[in-house]
Amino acid sequence: MKKFVLHRVLSLIPTLLGISLLVFLMIQLIPGDPAEMMLGERASESALAELRERLGLDQPIYVQYGRFMGRLLQGDLGRALRTNEKITTEIFERFPATVELSLAAILIATALGMFAGIISATRQYSIFDYVSMVVSLIGVSMPIFWLGLVLMIIFSVNLGLVPLSGRLSYNIELEVVTNLYVLDSIITHNWAAFKDAVWHLILPAFTLSTIPMATISRITRSSMLEVLRQDYIRTARAKGLSLWVVHYKHALKNAMIPIITVVGLQFGILLGGAILTETIFAWPGIGLWILNGVYARDFNAVQGGTMFIATVFVTINLVVDILYAWVNPRIKVN
Amino acid sequence: MWKKSFTFATAAVVILFLLGGLCLAASPKTGGTLVFGRGGDSAGLDPAFETDGNSFMICDNVFDQLVLYADESTEIVPGLATDWEVSPDGLAYTFHLRKGVTFHDGTEFNADAVVFSLGRMMKNKNVKFFKKEWDFPEDQPSAEYWLSMEMDDMLGSIEAVDNHTVVFKLNRVEAPFIANMGMDFAAMVSPTAVLKHGKNFRANPVGTGPFKFVEWIKDDRITLEANPDYWGGRPPLDRVMFRSIPDNSVRFLELKTGNIDICQFPNPEDIELAENDPNLNLVRQAGMNIGYLSFNHTKELWQDKRIRQAFAHAINRESIVDNIYYGLGTVAKNTIPPNMWGYNDDIEPYAYDPDKAKALLKEARFHEKLKAAGQEKITLWSMPVARPYNPNGMKVGEAMQANLKDVGVDAELVTFEWGTYLKKQRTQPEEMDLFQLGWTGDNGDPDNFLAVLLDGMADPNVRTQWKNEEYHDIILKAKQALEKEERIRLYRKAQELIHEEVPLVNIAHSLVVWPMKQRVMNFKLHPTASIRMHNVWLK
Repeated sequence: MKKFVLHRVLSLIPTLLGISLLVFLMIQLIPGDPAEMMLGERASESALAELRERLGLDQPIYVQYGRFMGRLLQGDLGRALRTNEKITTEIFERFPATVELSLAAILIATALGMFAGIISATRQYSIFDYVSMVVSLIGVSMPIFWLGLVLMIIFSVNLGLVPLSGRLSYNIELEVVTNLYVLDSIITHNWAAFKDAVWHLILPAFTLSTIPMATISRITRSSMLEVLRQDYIRTARAKGLSLWVVHYKHALKNAMIPIITVVGLQFGILLGGAILTETIFAWPGIGLWILNGVYARDFNAVQGGTMFIATVFVTINLVVDILYAWVNPRIKVN
Repeated sequence: MWKKSFTFATAAVVILFLLGGLCLAASPKTGGTLVFGRGGDSAGLDPAFETDGNSFMICDNVFDQLVLYADESTEIVPGLATDWEVSPDGLAYTFHLRKGVTFHDGTEFNADAVVFSLGRMMKNKNVKFFKKEWDFPEDQPSAEYWLSMEMDDMLGSIEAVDNHTVVFKLNRVEAPFIANMGMDFAAMVSPTAVLKHGKNFRANPVGTGPFKFVEWIKDDRITLEANPDYWGGRPPLDRVMFRSIPDNSVRFLELKTGNIDICQFPNPEDIELAENDPNLNLVRQAGMNIGYLSFNHTKELWQDKRIRQAFAHAINRESIVDNIYYGLGTVAKNTIPPNMWGYNDDIEPYAYDPDKAKALLKEARFHEKLKAAGQEKITLWSMPVARPYNPNGMKVGEAMQANLKDVGVDAELVTFEWGTYLKKQRTQPEEMDLFQLGWTGDNGDPDNFLAVLLDGMADPNVRTQWKNEEYHDIILKAKQALEKEERIRLYRKAQELIHEEVPLVNIAHSLVVWPMKQRVMNFKLHPTASIRMHNVWLK
């Protein structure tokens, strides 16, 4: 196990190096002149030269990459051009909002997805099975911005059940500790804020959960079906165990392995910033921040943000792998 | 008799109503929170270093400049300076400062604060304090607007003469200087706060303005509260909240459901919905910008003004504004927008007249010249992106292409990725015949359009590179004229010359239309696009 963990951790190094190279090359691959694009119509030759110098674009590529890597190794992602603020600071100001939204979404997705998957598997070819699989197919292919707007119109505009957008109502005061509003309101025993924060979370989290939910339900179904066909399940049934015990104690435990992987991967994807969901619901997370960086032609922010997200993603992957090995001891380095 | 008394009674009632209305209009109600829905968050809140509208709209309410723009125009009116004199040679501006004004943190606003606020952006720091209470902060970001308005070239020194008098010495006579002093970058900041917060002043702004900064939750909202001691009188609103709601449709839904009071930049199709909604009002303002089509003036082909006039007649600008701007624009007859002083309303716009265009082209032997240049068709460069002055460069290009086809001119549409487009255009390449571009004004001074866009003799950075000695002469004189009447006369003349010579075809000025709740009173959009909440109140 130790060897496995060590091996996986070491394999992060070439992965991250590769990512850094890709992220760095992004700015080089953009056709045209980034300086020209940033200054727009009003650029004068002198202003352009000054900006190129400031961005280091006047240096040869290998010098630029060397500088970029040098900073990166010290954990410095540089400064955002738009705000002149440290990119790490900007990210950590916004990442909690994304974490909160992703956690809520993955919780919803896992609970509902697994539930639908298990029922479908245990009642294969029933109406429920067909309906849930069609729904999950729709879930995977539904455009998020469209779904988000439709949910908003139904639940916020017409029914007035939940707020349209944002994280907290104006009239609610909340002392920020972790910047995860739901957690902060619990820590500070602020139940009005708790209710408000959860209320604001429901719609965006549900919207964001649809794709992972569909994936999870499909994987749960197929994994369960596979396990249910195994001999030991028949043995368990034969020795007189109830269906419930067989399904939820014996079958589900073994079916969990691929589900854990999928849930982990989906969570990693969600943490990468749900750009569309965050944009529609005015959710001040990291996805929205990167999108704004793109609009403002803030190449540093886009570079730094992408690097951060990629790192988060590979780290989550690593954790999932280790978890996987822990759940299933048969997994070895090779 | 009965009829007469009826008339009297009616008149009396009408008068009473009018008086009542006047009283209501004249007495704004104090209190309440206004929520302004906008498309994005501010980058920072230090007016010296910001470049985007979302940052300036906060600065506009937290800070003041020595001079301000009038409520609904770009006329210069007193701000933190009560009055000012210009020396007879036009090289020295003496500002007399408003007394008894303090920054939100209690720091006194005085001549040294002026020297500090502006001197910190100055390259050579050629300044003189009166008492010298503060040193300049080090390691600052570059002050983009200060640089782009050429303040370092223009300004020789800033000197505090006494506690309430500051003298600006200029290196050259430059009438637009006073308009620059009304721009956001020239706002007065509290020196104590700048030194206390350092780089974080951008998140902790302290000015003298009608509202004080309270809180900033990044990408979510910025909250301001009324400054009860404002020198211009306490604003009626208690609080203003600027919420970032990036999606246009959602922002409009937030307005419809009553969660925000004003919705910035709605989708064009939502404007119609707002128009029919009894709970909403629309506020309109012509944008201080111009979208234009210009010629490659370095090519022989475009030297004959009859050809350029023909193109002005060939393009159906009404149709472009109706169909591509969705009516959110006005056809431009001058290069400067109509809400700017010096606008020449006597100009008769070029009518859409394909026959006349054809006749002019024939008269100028356009096709022969084209052939002689070895070309079968011309190129029409169109930008690949939406700009404030043009919602869709390519679509406008296609419409122009069709218009030109109608007068027998084959035009090939050319575009590049935006950065490349700007870079290539700058070099006026041989393969470029016509190009679309535009401009958004900075300081409300006609010089900021007429010199920047068309005086190619003065500056190689001018995009059109039109070189006309008479024009250059007029613009230079207008820059150096001290009397405004004289400047107006000269700019009117410049516009006549542009109209006659057609160095560019003026297409449109965009129009800004925002829906807001009925309860919002006295909210006006300013031509400079600044958002001022000082006199706004809630019914």
